[in-house]
Amino acid sequence: MSVLEQRLPAVDTHDDLPLEYAHEDDALRIFGFWVFLVTDMLLFSCVFATYVILYRHTNMGPTPTQLFDVRGFTAETLILLTSSFTSGIGTYEMRRGHRGALIGWLMVTWILGACFIGLEVSEFVADVASGATMSRSAFLSAFFTLVGMHGCHVSFGLLWMLCLMIQLGVKGITHVTARKVFIVGLYWHFLDVVWVFIFTVVYLIGELS
Amino acid sequence: MSTHQERLQQPSGEPSHHRQHGITLPVIGFVLSIILTLIALWAVMNRVLGAGSLIALILILGAIQIFIQLFFFMHVTESKGPNWHAWMLALGLVFVIAIVAGSIWIMAFGALSY
Repeated sequence: MSVLEQRLPAVDTHDDLPLEYAHEDDALRIFGFWVFLVTDMLLFSCVFATYVILYRHTNMGPTPTQLFDVRGFTAETLILLTSSFTSGIGTYEMRRGHRGALIGWLMVTWILGACFIGLEVSEFVADVASGATMSRSAFLSAFFTLVGMHGCHVSFGLLWMLCLMIQLGVKGITHVTARKVFIVGLYWHFLDVVWVFIFTVVYLIGELS
Repeated sequence: MSTHQERLQQPSGEPSHHRQHGITLPVIGFVLSIILTLIALWAVMNRVLGAGSLIALILILGAIQIFIQLFFFMHVTESKGPNWHAWMLALGLVFVIAIVAGSIWIMAFGALSY
């Protein structure tokens, strides 16, 4: 027992925490990621504030109501909410030690995320084709910046998740991969919250204007 | 120490932790998030209230969704030692409100001139 303690001085003595918190270093990285999420939240809040100030300035161009397709943004919202859930199930399976189920749920999450990006890109392409480009009005500049920034976050998350699935396939569930799965899950749920506010502030309030 | 030994030597085996939330929480969180989203959509599409109260209603529904994600999916109560990240989140929320509400407030003056 003393030998083990000497070899692994960083191992936690709390038994009630899952594997990803077992090492001091991993617990610290999880905390660090929460701090990142808070700063990312501040970044998004600045772009949200810009959008709310500018969205009535349509410069005789398309208004939010004319531009937004209710079925399209509702589908995007439901897909992203479902992917947040499947990512949560992935973490649940990881904590039960089921590697196959974890990779499977991450794959479902990845496919849903890719569908979301596909819908968003086709929405943007249709907007631009109809003349609603980023430089058309202050509303459209703010719209593409806010929604595009979220889309870039989701795309980066997809790349991240893909790398993680490969690593899980090779290394299995270790304290390192468990911590990475937990952190990518935090990122994904955070993006879901941001999208709920884009859905509310951009799309739903846009329908009211 | 035996549990740690098992945990580290058989990393792909059943982890021996004790605070297992089970599958119920994510399922409840998912159902609630879908219901709240559909309520917001329904309320706006049918204009069930005046514009001002409708905006207040959907913002409150959105705020509830933050807590659903935090508690049902992000395991916000888990931490090693004190829950420092909860304090970070609370501080971040204060800044977010200051940035968004402050920007809207200050730009409301002379809104026609820009």
